[in-house]
Order: sequence, then structure tokens, then C-alpha cells
Amino acid sequence: MNIIVCIKQVPDTGSVKINPETNTLIRTGVPSIINPFDMNAVEAGLALRDGNGGKVSVITMGPPQAEEALRETMAMGVDNAYLLSDRAFAGADTLATSYTLSMAIRLIIDFDLILCGKQAIDGDTAQVGPELAEILGIPQVTNVSRLIEVKDTTLIVEQELEDGCKIIEVERPCLITVTKEVNKPRLPSLKNSMRAKKAEIPIWGANDINADEARLGLKGSATQVVKIFEPLKRTDSRMLKGDVEEMVTELVAELRKRVTR
Amino acid sequence: MNYFLTEEQQMIKDLAAKIATEKAAPLVAELDEKEEFPWEVMKTLASSDLFGVYLPEEYGGFGGGVFELCLVTEELSKVCCGMGVCYAASALGTLPILLFGSDAQKQKYLPDIAAGKKLAAFGLTEANAGSDAAAVATTATRESDFYVLNGTKQWITNAGEAEVYTVIALTDKTKGVRGASAFIVEKGTPGFSFGKKEKKMGIRCSATRELIFQDCRIPKENIISREGMGFIVAMKTLDRARPGVASQGVGLAQGALDHAVKYSRERVQFGQAISSFQAIQHMLADMATQTEAARALTYAAARMIDAGKDDISKEAAMSKLFATDICMKVTTDAVQIFGGYGYMREYPVEKMMRDAKILQIYEGTNQIQRNVIGLTLIKEMAKKK
Repeated sequence: MNIIVCIKQVPDTGSVKINPETNTLIRTGVPSIINPFDMNAVEAGLALRDGNGGKVSVITMGPPQAEEALRETMAMGVDNAYLLSDRAFAGADTLATSYTLSMAIRLIIDFDLILCGKQAIDGDTAQVGPELAEILGIPQVTNVSRLIEVKDTTLIVEQELEDGCKIIEVERPCLITVTKEVNKPRLPSLKNSMRAKKAEIPIWGANDINADEARLGLKGSATQVVKIFEPLKRTDSRMLKGDVEEMVTELVAELRKRVTR
Repeated sequence: MNYFLTEEQQMIKDLAAKIATEKAAPLVAELDEKEEFPWEVMKTLASSDLFGVYLPEEYGGFGGGVFELCLVTEELSKVCCGMGVCYAASALGTLPILLFGSDAQKQKYLPDIAAGKKLAAFGLTEANAGSDAAAVATTATRESDFYVLNGTKQWITNAGEAEVYTVIALTDKTKGVRGASAFIVEKGTPGFSFGKKEKKMGIRCSATRELIFQDCRIPKENIISREGMGFIVAMKTLDRARPGVASQGVGLAQGALDHAVKYSRERVQFGQAISSFQAIQHMLADMATQTEAARALTYAAARMIDAGKDDISKEAAMSKLFATDICMKVTTDAVQIFGGYGYMREYPVEKMMRDAKILQIYEGTNQIQRNVIGLTLIKEMAKKK
């Protein structure tokens, strides 16, 4: 089973702050980590490979230092890694990102499965996985919390919904995005760490993946970030206490006071 | 302090630290309380290849030595000395095979030990043979193609959990220590059973039991080296294992120091953090200096052993003696800095102080270490004349 896992290097959001004057993220001194959901995707790929054979390849688009993230996954046991890095990719929104990833994935190998984290903890859009599946024209299942069974040509998974879950059988090749419930990522091993340290990681630019320049980076982005800001803390909130009846009565009374007409 | 680790050594240290902080740390208090063996941590160490750091590559190891073993033991012991000893005691049980085993024995046992599939344990101590290790009474009687073992080993670390045991027994009672031999005994061999799990003051997640041999027949191929070599096997093994115990002391002391520094900046008395008082600063300064000195001595001894020097007893004993005495002092001082909170089980340093005490006792009491050092000094002087 040949598996491709898409990962993203993100700032460790636990330590991110926003500059109130420029409304931009203060990135200096903030360590980068692999998006935690992507770690679950890597683990899912490794576990499927360990059980069914095949190879796991990891791919990321980012600045040259994203190579570190790729080596980290190789230390966990990933077979191959690819870095997509080019000035032309800069400023990409989810659409341009998934286009870029799709062009690279077409180059890699015949794949049975693409795995992504359900969303990145910095942008929280949850769009790249689904867009990538659309561009590649393959079926997708998002928010997968359990990989149940690998069949000859399909995969049975459990999709997490707000009020329950759905068991889905999906044709391969397909794309799956996973939640943190799907597994616990393994730690690196010494042998794989040694291999990761020495591994050659190809760096692909726009020309290497035969990309249409107009669909890359800022130019190829359908959306633009206008402003990043810290939402105001609401200080006028009040928690209602008591049993449901009491709380509803109080809530209705409060609302009535505020009805303006 | 910079000890100029190689890239590989740094990798081993970082990986061990990652396992210690991410996998081991959350379990420490619970396993201590329940006195439960840290299998989950051992399995992680295994899947991360850390059981093989000191074993040759031809047996699936990493090709390192005592130094690499010390790095892992230290990182684990920073978080939990009990877990540190579960790991290090397996190496202690393996060293006789590595140092004196036949090719066939190495082929048979080392790959599984390197992969962490099997733990090992070392059985020397008996009820009446502690510091006086030569007083062992367990016997191994040759009967055709077998040795038949009878006797009881006491306080054996990893007993019951390990699969491979290296055991010292007398093949000739008339010859005293020259009549001792070393054997490999596998768990599950008929006539080989375990005593109850001992209840200990510290390192409570580790398992300590008796090894009970009642007409236990093992193939004659299981003898390590040859008859009469048992005491030499044991002494050479202990020489090489001592920096490992020292590393437990260094790691545990460092862990306690780290807690003490952090706490001293949080604890406010007389309107200021207690770290602003020189009384506290001086204690921390001594703790840090002594811990670093212990580390330097331990690393130097380990590197000397790995360099292949033959006379290592004195330096190995010095590292064990110094690092574990320091550890007792530093952990006691850490409790002092925590004050009343330090005495409470809710805080981590209480356990650390309990754990530290055994380091001055096992694998040769610190009094025995002084004997080794003192006798070597006299021998060295006598040689010069």
C-alpha cells in the first residue's frame, strides 16, 4: 500500500502572540512544530504500511527549514520525503497550496491513499485535504477517527460527526483526513533517526513539478488575508446557574429586557 | 558543561530525553504508588532501539559502549530512577554474555536483548552473600549434559519480568570463589521460580524478587566461560556496570536540582521568591556544582572503559561512589528547599529522595567501593617499588 502523507510545519500555537499594532503574528522566537493532526496522519500511514506493506512518503510545502519537519517524520519511520520550496509558492492560500501539492503528488508514484491532518492549528481552515482530493479527482473522507479495515480495493473508516459517527467504505485511491482520536503518534527510533539525518530530501520548485505559474502562491490564491486580529475578550458575559428550568426562566427574563421593539 | 558528544551520542541522549519526558514522566507517580513495572516505557525504549546502544552492530545493536548506556540511564533517571534501573539492570544481566559468552551464546541471546524483546537480569546476591559476594551458596552440579542448580538468589532486579538471567553458582564448593561459575538461565526453565515481589522504600516501579532454583536443569552449554570463572565474570561485569549506577545518581540528582530551581522561583516567602535569598542560592549552587562534578567523573570513567583499558576497577568504583553519595545529598537538599511541601507525596522530590538511598547500597555498597579504591591505591603503590 503506497501512502502519501501531506504535512505542514506550524508555529507552536501555545506560544504565539499577535502584535496589536500591525495585527500580524509575532513569529520570532516561536518554535515550529509539525501540525499535531498531521502527526496523526503520519502515524496512520506508518501503521497501515506496517500492517500491509508498501511505502510511506511525506510531502510538505514550505520554506527551506521545513526540511526539519520532514526529517522528523523520517525518524519515525517514513520511507521518503519531498520538500516543495520555491519563492513562487509564497503567499499561497489553501487553493494554491492544494494545487501545488497535487502537481507534486502526480510526480511521486502510484498511490493508494493520501492522508492529511483534519486541519492545521494555525489557519484552522480544514480546506487543503478536500481541495487536494477534488483537484486529483479522487474520493475523500474527512474527520476520520478510526481506520477500520483495509479491503482489496476499498478502505473502511469511521467519520466523526458532531452528534455521532458514520462508517464509510471508500474506493481507493482516496484521500482521508484524520482527527487526533485516530491514534497516538509513535516516537522516533534510533535507527530511523540515523537514516533521517543522512537522507537526501529532494527539493522541488515550480519547474520541477510542471506547475502553471498563474496558479501558484499569492497569484494563484483565490482568497487574501485582509486582517489578523485578536478577538476582543467579552467581559460582559454571565454564566447562568441552577437547573434547566431556572436558567431558562432567567434567560427569557434577560432577553425580554433587551427586546427593543 | 559541554562533553563533546558525537552526533550519534547526542541523538541517543535526545531520544532518551524525549521518551523520558513524553512517555515516562506522566506515569512516574502512579507507577511508584502502585509499585507497577513500567512496561509501557520499556516497550517504547525497545521500539526506539535504545536497548541496543551498548551492543555490537553484528547482534543488532548500535555499536556503542558503557558511555552510551550511561546517557540513556541518566536521561531516564532524571525523570524516574526506578525506570532507570529497569533499563540499566537489563544491561547488567547482559554484560556477562557480552564480555565472556561464546559466539553461540551471543548469537542466541544478544539480538533479542538489543531489540528490547527480552529483558535480562543478573543474579549474584544471596541472603548471606551481600558485600561478601564470595559467600554464595547456590550450587550447580554437573550431571551428564546438564548442570543442576539449587539455591536462592535474593533482591534480584528485574526478576520475574526478565526472560534471560545470568546467575553465579558454585560448581565446586571446596574451592571457594575459585569454585564459582556463571550460567545463563531462561525464564520458564522447570525448577526455576520467583519469590514474592519485595516492597521497597524507593525505585518502587522496579521489580525485585528472589530467584529460586530447585533441581533446575539447564544445558551444559549455558555455562558462561568455563567452570571456576564465575567470580571473575561477576567482578568484571560489575566494574563495567558501575558507571551505569553512577548515571542513575547523576540523572536523579539533576532531576531533583531542576525541580528545586523551578520551585525556588515560584515559592514566595517574606514577599519575595525564595530564589532571591542567598541561603537558597548557595544550596542550589552546591547542588549544581556537585552534580556536574559527578557527571564529569562518570563520563570520564565510562569513556576510559570504552577505550579498552583493563584496570578500571578503581575509576568505576569512584564514579559509583561519588555520584551516588552526591545524589543522596542533592535529593535531600531538594526536599529541604521544598520545605514542608517537599515532604509531601504530592510533590516529586519526596520520591526522589527515597529513590536515591538504594544507589548507595546496591551493586556494591559505597563502603565496598571505598574498599576497592583503597586496595587499588595500595596495589598501585606496591607495584612502583
